Amino acid sequence: MRLAKKPVFFMLTCTAVILFLILLLQPFTIYAFRDKIAVLFPRGVIALEERNLLFIIQGLMLLVIIPVYVLTFAFSWKYRAHSDSEYDPELSDNHVAEIVWWGLPLVITLIIATLTWFKTYELDPYKSIESKNPPLTIQVVALQWKWLFIYPEEKIATVNFLQIPTDRPIHFEITADAPMNSFWIPHLGGQIYAMPKMKTELNLIANQAGDFMGSSANISGELFADMHFITRATVDKEYLEWVETAKKSAAILNWESYESLAKPGAIPSPITYQLSGDNLFNQIIMKYMHPQPK
Amino acid sequence: MFGRLTLNALNHETSQNIAVGSMYVTGLLLIGLIFYLRRWKWLWDEWLTSVDPKRIGIMYIVVVLIMFLKGFADASMMRLQQAMAVGDSHGFISATHFQEVFSAHGTTMIFFVAMGVIFGLMNLIVPLQIGARDVAYPFLNALGFWLFASGAFLTLISLAVGKFSATGWLAYPPLSGIEYSPGEGVDYWIWSVQIAGIGSTLSGINFLVTILKMRCPGMTFMKMPIFIWSVLCAVVLIIFAFPILTATLFMLTLDRYLGMHFFTAGGGGNPMMYVNLIWAWGHPEVYILILPAFGVFSEIVPTFSEKRLFGYFSMVIALVLIAFLSFVVWLHHFFTMGASPGVNAFFGVMTMLIAIPTGVKIFNWLFTKFRGRVHFTSPMLWFFAFLLNFSVGGMTGVLLSSPPVDYQVHNSLFLIAHFHGMVIGGFLFAFFAAFTYWFPKYTGFVLDERLNRHAFWCWLSGFLIAFMPLYMLGFMGATRRLDHYDASTGWHPLFILAGIGAVIIFIGASIQFFGLFWSIYHRKQNWDHTGGDPWNGRTLEWSIPSPPPIYNFAIIPTVDQIDPFWALKKGQAPISKEGYEDIHLPKNTPIALFLGILTLVFGFAMTWHIFWLAILSFIGVITCLIVRLSGEDEHELISAAQVKEIEADCLRRSQIV
Repeated sequence: MRLAKKPVFFMLTCTAVILFLILLLQPFTIYAFRDKIAVLFPRGVIALEERNLLFIIQGLMLLVIIPVYVLTFAFSWKYRAHSDSEYDPELSDNHVAEIVWWGLPLVITLIIATLTWFKTYELDPYKSIESKNPPLTIQVVALQWKWLFIYPEEKIATVNFLQIPTDRPIHFEITADAPMNSFWIPHLGGQIYAMPKMKTELNLIANQAGDFMGSSANISGELFADMHFITRATVDKEYLEWVETAKKSAAILNWESYESLAKPGAIPSPITYQLSGDNLFNQIIMKYMHPQPK
Repeated sequence: MFGRLTLNALNHETSQNIAVGSMYVTGLLLIGLIFYLRRWKWLWDEWLTSVDPKRIGIMYIVVVLIMFLKGFADASMMRLQQAMAVGDSHGFISATHFQEVFSAHGTTMIFFVAMGVIFGLMNLIVPLQIGARDVAYPFLNALGFWLFASGAFLTLISLAVGKFSATGWLAYPPLSGIEYSPGEGVDYWIWSVQIAGIGSTLSGINFLVTILKMRCPGMTFMKMPIFIWSVLCAVVLIIFAFPILTATLFMLTLDRYLGMHFFTAGGGGNPMMYVNLIWAWGHPEVYILILPAFGVFSEIVPTFSEKRLFGYFSMVIALVLIAFLSFVVWLHHFFTMGASPGVNAFFGVMTMLIAIPTGVKIFNWLFTKFRGRVHFTSPMLWFFAFLLNFSVGGMTGVLLSSPPVDYQVHNSLFLIAHFHGMVIGGFLFAFFAAFTYWFPKYTGFVLDERLNRHAFWCWLSGFLIAFMPLYMLGFMGATRRLDHYDASTGWHPLFILAGIGAVIIFIGASIQFFGLFWSIYHRKQNWDHTGGDPWNGRTLEWSIPSPPPIYNFAIIPTVDQIDPFWALKKGQAPISKEGYEDIHLPKNTPIALFLGILTLVFGFAMTWHIFWLAILSFIGVITCLIVRLSGEDEHELISAAQVKEIEADCLRRSQIV
């Protein structure tokens, strides 16, 4: 059962090579897919703040991880059986050492915890974003298996397509007329659950124009993989032009057409509606407030 | 007559038919083999009716290996589907079936592999390490096993008859409610988890009392082996957490069967209550799995470093702290629920605090190697891989515990990579290490070291290739549980890479299975001639012959320090009293097995709404319990003369081969 020098050397080298290759793969992947890695290359200030926090915590954690890796390799080599290094079978305690490794993680954790505490308040999804531009409210309804976006002020609605102006805070009000979903646009930032009977809120902003993927991050039934949508961020002028075109849409969204839209099923391509009535979103929430109809 | 069960339940997709077919063939082959070898009586007397924790432990491991095959097949199908289903291609299985597959994968791996490993190890190791001849409640222990087996079997039945749940391994309502999942799938899930969960609570109670009351003379709390400490923490968690699971599932059952509104979307129900409750069980559950894994490594590292465990006291404090903290972090599984920032921040900070005791444990293991003589046998290789993977998993865990970061990676493949890093890189590697380490104790020979080594390399590299791309996929916005995705997402190459990793892991797992049979076949070459102590061990289990006689210890040992057998070998231990004595052991009983079968029938009947059968089997359960509880606790006697004979026999056997 005992191993001589050579196999230990072989083992440590092989592991190091594997780890190194995997490590090398990461920057390569990041470079090759830089346009697609939404979380690391965000297009909105909320997502950017969230990414920066990720980097800071990652950096602080490496202060523990790197010593662990170094010690793992060093001790495995130095104290291998049949080496000439010291052997002290009764050594089982050292107060200084113990204080160091209770203390070091404690300090690092406290730094991360403090940072997290403040950032959680700062990046609260419900907190409105300060900006010189007025916020735009969009109501989001997760249906079986599509997303309905209602623009209450513009009197339009879309399905599986979201057009927003850049540099203007977007205030999402989110609910579901379906099992629970999670609303996520990785390029712009943090997700939040879309739950029937409840209204959640999310404030995001796009600082660059572009088409971003959005999706549902929580399983909600058979075709939930089809619940992705395009978020198109454009400058204000183009956005207003789009609103004008949308207002002339032939399809009209009222309670009747909503009910047929809400029937389970995916839709092949986005739809644009004129919105009739101004209470649709609340009606959808109120559906669940009454005793369940048979 | 048959409730909702019709012949239609036997119709499946092609891929599932293949699985069902191979399951039938394997089952029939096994039964045929038992007939051919005429082993039914042996099976009945020695195993099925046994209340010996050693036998029960081995049966746990056998069930685990079978369920591992199933869970692994599920995982392979998911990897294959996601490597194929890009753009217009929707892969080789339908969306619904894909959802059944990942739900079954999670349920199988957590409830029937991981929990089985934990209880298997407890049964096999705890009595031996604390110097006990038996557990506190042998019947309760057997019952716990048979309920576990019954739950596992119900999951296997769901493969052949009808459909399994398609709502994920935790079945969040309202999706799992009757409105959105009217079929039998969620009911299968409920009953298999419910039955196994009750078994877990019972086994937990047994081991708590065993550790508290049955330690050998001189073994105070602070002289218990650290594995026993980790099990003690885990069983306390089990006793507190599993009743929550039972109650939650019961409420979901009421919703589904009697039209109540605990968790429905309308009618005054609150689905988020379910999510809170299930994670109030689910997070401690994670630590129920990982704490014994810590315990395993705390035994292996000192043994193969030929040195005392560094910082025993610290290790104990760390275990207790982790166990305590695990109950106040459940909300970090759903920061995205929309709770206020104060709530999210509190649970985030509590979660980070767990990193401190965990970090301490890592340093203590490292410094156990310091000035030791480290032997790189395969258990140590698994420890080596564990340390590398677990620290990365811990780092990503701290990232996830910060709510603002979590908003961006919640339910993405980043999360999947993180918890597989913990469960495979942490828990599963610990199981492999434990399996190799304690295998000779139960068989008398060691596993083939060369094959172990090959398997190790496959697992290490395969694991990294399969799961590192998932971190990146998470950053690219890939969410979990997608049965297909657009080509424009750019995820395809990384999914293929992950698939290649899975193939390498598959090779590793195959080598292990092959290695098991190879080692059994060539056992004479690998025979342990030391009479029970192949690794130069430190704790009491190595002081008795392998495999241990039915009564474990002919003479109950007396200990006065942490590594009693090590001290004995150094001549520093107190001398135990001499002379053999009569030993009383509980008699075999088939009632635990009957209860397992009856609950299986009950679960199946409830799933298919065959209520007359459910009532009958329930009456059967009550009858069995009355019969058992009203009988005298029967014991059999092994006289001192017989003990002497058995001991001499053990000695002879280890020398002959």
